[in-house]
Amino acid sequence: MISFAEPGEVKTALEEAKYLADDRIAQVVFLAERLGKPVLIEGPAGVGKTELAKALAVVHQRRLIRLQCYEGLDESKALYEWNYKKQLLRIQADQGSDWSQLEEDIFSEDYLLTRPLLEAIATEEPVVLLIDEIDRVEVETEALLLEVLSEFQVSIPELGTVQATSQPLVLLTSNNTRELSEALKRRCLFLHIGYPTVDREKQILLARVEGVTEHLAEQVARIVRSVRSFDLKKAPSVSESIDWARTLITLGVAEVEAADVTDTLHVLLKYQTDIERVAKELEI
Amino acid sequence: MLLDVLTGFIEELRSAGVPVSMVEAIDATEALRYTDLGDRAAFRSTLEATLVKNVRHLEAFGTAFDVYFAHHRPEPNATDGNGSSRKTEPVSGEGGRSGTGGEGDLDELLEALFQALLSEDLAGMRALVRQAVDDYAGIEPGRPVGGTYYLYRTLRRLGVDGLLERLLEAEDGQGRSALEDRLVRDEFEERIEQLREEIRDEIRRRLVADRGREAVAKTLRKPLLEDVDLMHAARADLAQLEQVINPLARKLAARLAHKRRLRRSGRLDFRRTMRRSLSTGGVPIDPQFRAPHPIKPEIFLLCDISGSMATFARFTLQFMYAMSSQFSKVRSFAFIDALDEITPYLGVGTDFPHALDRISTEAEVVWIDGHSDYGRSLDQFWTRFGGQLTRRSTVIITGDARNNYRDVNSTIVPQLVEVSRAVYWLNPEPEAYWDTGDSVMSAYGRHCTGAYEVRNLRQLEAFVEQIALPPIGRVARPVPHEPGPGRFWKR
Ligand SMILES: Nc1ncnc2c1ncn2[C@@H]1O[C@H](COP(=O)(O)OP(=O)(O)OP(=O)(O)O)[C@@H](O)[C@H]1O
Ligand SMILES: [Mg+2]
Repeated sequence: MISFAEPGEVKTALEEAKYLADDRIAQVVFLAERLGKPVLIEGPAGVGKTELAKALAVVHQRRLIRLQCYEGLDESKALYEWNYKKQLLRIQADQGSDWSQLEEDIFSEDYLLTRPLLEAIATEEPVVLLIDEIDRVEVETEALLLEVLSEFQVSIPELGTVQATSQPLVLLTSNNTRELSEALKRRCLFLHIGYPTVDREKQILLARVEGVTEHLAEQVARIVRSVRSFDLKKAPSVSESIDWARTLITLGVAEVEAADVTDTLHVLLKYQTDIERVAKELEI
Repeated sequence: MLLDVLTGFIEELRSAGVPVSMVEAIDATEALRYTDLGDRAAFRSTLEATLVKNVRHLEAFGTAFDVYFAHHRPEPNATDGNGSSRKTEPVSGEGGRSGTGGEGDLDELLEALFQALLSEDLAGMRALVRQAVDDYAGIEPGRPVGGTYYLYRTLRRLGVDGLLERLLEAEDGQGRSALEDRLVRDEFEERIEQLREEIRDEIRRRLVADRGREAVAKTLRKPLLEDVDLMHAARADLAQLEQVINPLARKLAARLAHKRRLRRSGRLDFRRTMRRSLSTGGVPIDPQFRAPHPIKPEIFLLCDISGSMATFARFTLQFMYAMSSQFSKVRSFAFIDALDEITPYLGVGTDFPHALDRISTEAEVVWIDGHSDYGRSLDQFWTRFGGQLTRRSTVIITGDARNNYRDVNSTIVPQLVEVSRAVYWLNPEPEAYWDTGDSVMSAYGRHCTGAYEVRNLRQLEAFVEQIALPPIGRVARPVPHEPGPGRFWKR
């Protein structure tokens, strides 16, 4: 794995992976790698939280293992689970044979279903582990994740302890719908990603949107900045400005005029009231 | 040296309400070993990543950082990346000049500033800002102020407001569309905002040099949003409060849902499991659990919406509606000297600030003079809606119980308590003011299941958490001394 000498190198490497980081993002990633600490990323939707993990996997040429969280996610989906149907079939097939031998067999790795968290520490090659939207899981599941992240081992009563063979680079994202536990936050470096500056957004568009000109990228970024400054139900995210730029290109727009904005505003904004609001503010 | 400042900085964060643990402090020092200390932005990022773990604390962090590391900044003649950094020279050299500069100097300074803004010359702007603060802030040593006054004085002397128009004129506006106009304006506004921040920071640096970090930081400390007094919140704070109410309610709802789940978990339905197992030859492959029996209370919310109480009522209503998934039903009533049901006006997506305006004109909440009459309003509630209360109903009354020396009618509350699950009173006044003047708080509160001082979001949240998930059992029994809200009368 590449080890960076300074944050500037992180930034450059990410840029090659088409992720435009600012100095702060680069600094925090650099620290995370140096200190071996997880990064907890928060921020509005669509500002590149998930994408950062993907880009880091590309940069390090590591596999990305993603644990998408949801309400009700538990140990059996996050860590491991015994394949009890398979176990049962085996039991039925082996009726009458020696139980203790059978028991040993059915609690062996062949009958284990590995889930992302276990997989992330049990692989030979180090991976990037993304625990996405951790705020959606219940507090005990959070505690479980925390345990794995601090011990880097998983104990399976029937099998013993699985020790990490490699340490993953861990990123967690949260949409801040609930307060995470203090214990988890203490372990992590914190990174808040907000909307990019006009200049960075322009660079993102140039990197991500095929066929966009400097001029168009700049115009889109500037209009989006103005739009975000209005009091909206849902401000446009980076992914929406990317979609918008793509739409404009498809329509053959080289220079954004008021009429183009009017025609395509629904790509940028989700709510009708927001669309009306923006149209009024921009006098289009 | 750095370590000393860091210790002071961390103490300041804690005083400002940012909880920094021991471990985090150690992490910060460790992380600084990998940080280029000559790079102020990197230094700041490192501290932020290790010491702040909550978006809401970022602002407090920013202020404290500016004060504690005021002098930790690159000199203006370091190149700023965009080449043109030396274009605008400061009008005169560094100097200890104070007081006010002459008019000629001012014109010259303004012209230079204008050019710096136009060409986005950050380094030049900084140098000019230092001079502007030297000449026009009129800082008087030793005064215990936060600097806002100096900031406005400088801005006014410089005529910063007029700068925007000048900049707009300077950019060739020929044939520009309304849309382009707007974009150009937003761009310049951003630069001017940057200028304001530079001036503010420069003033803070002077104050720190004059009075020391601790003193300046202390003057700048702001209460956290959760602690802002709802009754006396400034307009700007109201807007911010508005924005945190829904996330706060969502978080609380998630916490409650989780607790509910814990309560009912682990109850295996043995019979259904066995019945199911018949299809697998008697092997209980698929355990069945009992369906949950959620105990969600039904809420009757009675709010005094007279002048001083309106804001408090608004936030209480908004919070309860944001939480409505936690209750089987929320019905609301507003009163001043008459009471009316307002449930039809409200819902989850309601624009609360405006809804209340409508309610006070459209609903029948005023009888004679629009001064609160609790006795009459409670009596009306009892007469018109009392019959609908059941053992599942929780009644919440909000208001300061200032009855304008009218008839108290103290028999109503005991009757409410008799027929419902619980009756709570939320009073936004400090407990020390209860029963003074025309407040008849005890006359009501004494009979309630609980009466609480609720002056801020933190207290409101604590109260809602408690009633949404009462201890198991028939009647809600609030926990005395916990979690914060005030007096509690045992029945
Ligand atoms: N800094 C960036 N560089 C390049 N592309 C970016 C950047 N930020 C965002 N994007 C683009 O925006 C899209 C959305 O980003 P992403 O999915 O990471 O958002 P998110 O913050 O995880 O949002 P959510 O909270 O909705 O999950 C990405 O697919 C990517 O194309
Ligand atoms: Mg995401």
